Amino acid sequence: MAERLTPILVAAMSFLAALAIAGSLAAASLAGEWTQNTGTALTVQVPNPTDNAAYGKATRLQAVLKILQAAQNVSAARALSGDEVNTLLQPWLGADAGKLALPVPAVISAVWTGAGPPDDLRGALNAVAPGTLAETGARWAARVAALTGSLQASAVSVLFIVALVAAAIISVATHAGLAQRRETIEIIHGLGALDSDIADRFAVRAAALAAFGALIGTAAALPVLFWLAALAAPFSGVLPVQGATQLPFALWVALPAVPVVAAFIGWTTSQITVRGWLRRLV
Amino acid sequence: MVRFDHVWLKYRREGEASLALSPDVIMDMSFAIPEGGFRWLTGASGAGKTSVLKLMYLAEHPTQGRIELLGTNAARVSRREAAMLRRRIGVVYQDFRLLGHLSAYDNVALPMRLARKSEGQVRADVTELLRWVGLSGKLERRPAELSGGEQQRIAIARAVVGRPKLLLADEPTGNLDEEQAERLMALITGLNGMGTTVVVATHNLSLVERYPAPRMEIAAGRLVTDG
Repeated sequence: MAERLTPILVAAMSFLAALAIAGSLAAASLAGEWTQNTGTALTVQVPNPTDNAAYGKATRLQAVLKILQAAQNVSAARALSGDEVNTLLQPWLGADAGKLALPVPAVISAVWTGAGPPDDLRGALNAVAPGTLAETGARWAARVAALTGSLQASAVSVLFIVALVAAAIISVATHAGLAQRRETIEIIHGLGALDSDIADRFAVRAAALAAFGALIGTAAALPVLFWLAALAAPFSGVLPVQGATQLPFALWVALPAVPVVAAFIGWTTSQITVRGWLRRLV
Repeated sequence: MVRFDHVWLKYRREGEASLALSPDVIMDMSFAIPEGGFRWLTGASGAGKTSVLKLMYLAEHPTQGRIELLGTNAARVSRREAAMLRRRIGVVYQDFRLLGHLSAYDNVALPMRLARKSEGQVRADVTELLRWVGLSGKLERRPAELSGGEQQRIAIARAVVGRPKLLLADEPTGNLDEEQAERLMALITGLNGMGTTVVVATHNLSLVERYPAPRMEIAAGRLVTDG
């Protein structure tokens, strides 16, 4: 009975393993995408943008833009349009954000290529437009990296637990098989069979059952992975595509390894279990 | 050569702590059987004959004392060496110990296959031996389809198919008619004549009288007669 259940239980474990692997790879991919985009983003908010700058004839917004465009570590400085700012504010102020009589600052997006925080730049900007805020995405990037790191660690933990549970399932099934064939094993042992003769027979069968179960479990996970990939596509900056290219290449390499690893776990666990059991025999 | 040197045996009790042991079943037993020797092992039921045989085919380790089998100290062998030693020992068990899911042919072939003999050699030896014990027409029968006597003959064939250096038999004629018992004894004495050391446990004293040989008598776990 336990032996018959082995492929089913290993299939369930492999299903979880496939999801955990996909989760880990997705977290790594999204972390790369997000940290690359947010880590270099520079956002500058200029309050009262149409007022005169502290010196010169330009408005505060024009003066700030001029400094940014001339700065060494800043590129692609661009003032967001009113519609773009309203879109950004919508989550907090609703669809009518643009119609509210609120003093909305002008927002400039740019790319920061400097190594550290833009402290000198802040000083220069505040000299022409006091109250101007300049922030890079480094802090957010660090948070995103920490979050995805935690997700990856969780995925690795899940894989470890799944492997342990699979080993426990195979150990129980092997013990059941040994109990069922006890008399036969004792006779063969008495006739001069080596421990390896007996352990190899169990191990080959356990490896085959585990590989078969893992193949079923991994195949069953594929539709779910395609569905999750479609859901995640907008976050990863990848256009929704169909077919094999919907999943990352690394996943196509990792998924076939699941049955191989399951077979290895089955073979090793069975060898250890049988050899330990045979030690009871003189 | 088989040598027991002050051997004691207690059984470990199944399912209990590893230190839970039975009372002594073999006590201070010492004897030596020379290479190519023949010994009857006699005694009442429960005297310890089967336990002595178990020690000889390495199914048990002595609680105390030293056992030498075919020139090897049985206590000092690795598991692999013990398996190799077992391949040189043929055993006819009292309860036959045949594998029910295998045919008569495959049961007899088992020791040769474990020793990685070629299938050609297995076929030749097993077929010849089964013909000799009168079962050539029942090669494919499973043990459950055979009588007790036929099963015993398969067990005997299996014990001798590997041309063992030491042949141990526990009540080998118990389920055989007189003619089969005579044929078996002819086989055993023939093997003994070719240099195989033989120990036969029996309580059939008429058999012992028909085939005179040194006799070891056991009573209550002790060797009371040797010679």
